[in-house]
Amino acid sequence: MSQVAMHQVQQGLMVKQTGPLALIQDAGRFGVGHLGVTQGGAADWISFRWANWLLGNALNSAALEIVMGGGLSFETESEVRLALAGADLDAQLNGKPLAPNSSFKLLPGQRLVFRQPRHGLRAYLAFPGGLNAPEVLGSRSCTAREQLGGLHEDGRPLKAGDRLTWKGSAPAVRRIAEGQGPRMPISGCHLPIVLGSQIASFNGRTLFQAFNQPWKVDNRADRMGVRLTGPALRGSLTGIISEGIPLGAVQVPPDGQPIVLMNDRQTIGGYPRLGALTPMACATLAQCLPGTEVWLTPVSASQAQDDYRQQLTAWHSR
Amino acid sequence: MKPTNERRIETRIETTSMDALMVRLFDTIEESNMAWVIAADQALRHTFGPVLIDLVPSYTTLLVHYDCQQVNHTEALQLINKALSGLTPVDTQAGELHDIPVWYDESVGPELPLVAERAGISVDELIKQHCNHDYCVFALGFAPGYGFMGLVDEALATPRLKTPRRNVAAGSVGIADRQTAIYPLPSPGGWNILGRTNVPLFEHAKRGQPLFRPGDKVRFRAISRAEFEAGGGDTTPMEERP
Repeated sequence: MSQVAMHQVQQGLMVKQTGPLALIQDAGRFGVGHLGVTQGGAADWISFRWANWLLGNALNSAALEIVMGGGLSFETESEVRLALAGADLDAQLNGKPLAPNSSFKLLPGQRLVFRQPRHGLRAYLAFPGGLNAPEVLGSRSCTAREQLGGLHEDGRPLKAGDRLTWKGSAPAVRRIAEGQGPRMPISGCHLPIVLGSQIASFNGRTLFQAFNQPWKVDNRADRMGVRLTGPALRGSLTGIISEGIPLGAVQVPPDGQPIVLMNDRQTIGGYPRLGALTPMACATLAQCLPGTEVWLTPVSASQAQDDYRQQLTAWHSR
Repeated sequence: MKPTNERRIETRIETTSMDALMVRLFDTIEESNMAWVIAADQALRHTFGPVLIDLVPSYTTLLVHYDCQQVNHTEALQLINKALSGLTPVDTQAGELHDIPVWYDESVGPELPLVAERAGISVDELIKQHCNHDYCVFALGFAPGYGFMGLVDEALATPRLKTPRRNVAAGSVGIADRQTAIYPLPSPGGWNILGRTNVPLFEHAKRGQPLFRPGDKVRFRAISRAEFEAGGGDTTPMEERP
């Protein structure tokens, strides 16, 4: 056990100042939905994986999910190579801009700051071998609402004074080839959705509108759900008997404004649904700032699976 | 009551997301559903084995989240059909009966007078009636270890609060329509709160061993403030909570 323990003593990254939200995340909790425990995990799992890939880590190693930035800053106790992927949060290393989707060296005395979103919403900061944090129900993912996971095993987000340590010592130095890597969404982007069985309960005209005009991402958006605003969707059902909710479910409460249920959603719920966004679409939506326009684009489950398997090869073929 | 095979189930399998299928067994909430839901849960777990990522049973359905790197959409459908062919209901008598001590008091159960008034009975009578039924656990959800139980006597059925509370204390026992439940963790919520239990539901769930499982029965038992405190209960009144 001593090697890991020694690293913990030797090196650490200190949180000097917090921003709106920074959470330890890995792939999430699986096989525990029947206990009422939410999935959790990196909301933009694609950028999260790229961040780990850049250091040669196992792709689902625990990393930091940084929302907005907002002055979040770090200092290191010893030289360390970190990787940054996903949103451009105007990160700076000692006042010099840091390009997202690359790894960099941080030296003692230098300060790493995340200022504000320029493209996308969530940046992923990966550490050599992954972050150390206690595993709860098979995951290190941090869920505040459920008081599960994170640095102190109580679901609390990162705060000033926290000290992060990691498992590895000799990360790889990888670069993402031109044209590869995470792409941040732009207004007018398409979100593939697998249509669900309750689609038949929606009023025909409003259903037409659901798929033939853009929806606006609302500012009521977090890791539980993202609200979309547009014309009110009407149907014959106002509620259903509560049933399991998959990732990306697009539920329509009585006000007719859909909510896309994300990683920290409740495990069961009782609103009718249009269907569910694909995991790739969820990753895209997790990077959309309020006001971004998105289109819901139907896709078959089989096609979505082909696209998903194709996406997974991005990290294998290198 | 021993379940019989006479009730027919007509299973529907619905596409729900890229890699999840909904198995729909019933259209209404009945206690007798549970013998089938539990049987389907066991059969699906057995048949899918390592292909299963998550299986979330509820009142009338089971959500099957499978690993689409191992099987495709069509193969997943075939596995469900294989699991459910020849399905027979389990013996629900096998479910555990849980005795849950509750301190029914207005300081921790602010809706005691409201629910009693709606039912046209005294608060004492309300407590007696709430304790006088073995509630069936239909589903776990909302929060780790949160069990949806029912069915509450129709006279006691009370709709959710118009404005949900910002913070319902852990251990709060409440009623919403014909359901009753215990909040394992402090959380926002709109249920009518009647009292508080000192049983640590969240701690059980956090270890992956929830106290309740679907098909179990729960019987509430009124205890005194002294017993509640002796059992580690937090007597902070609901209104004073942050």
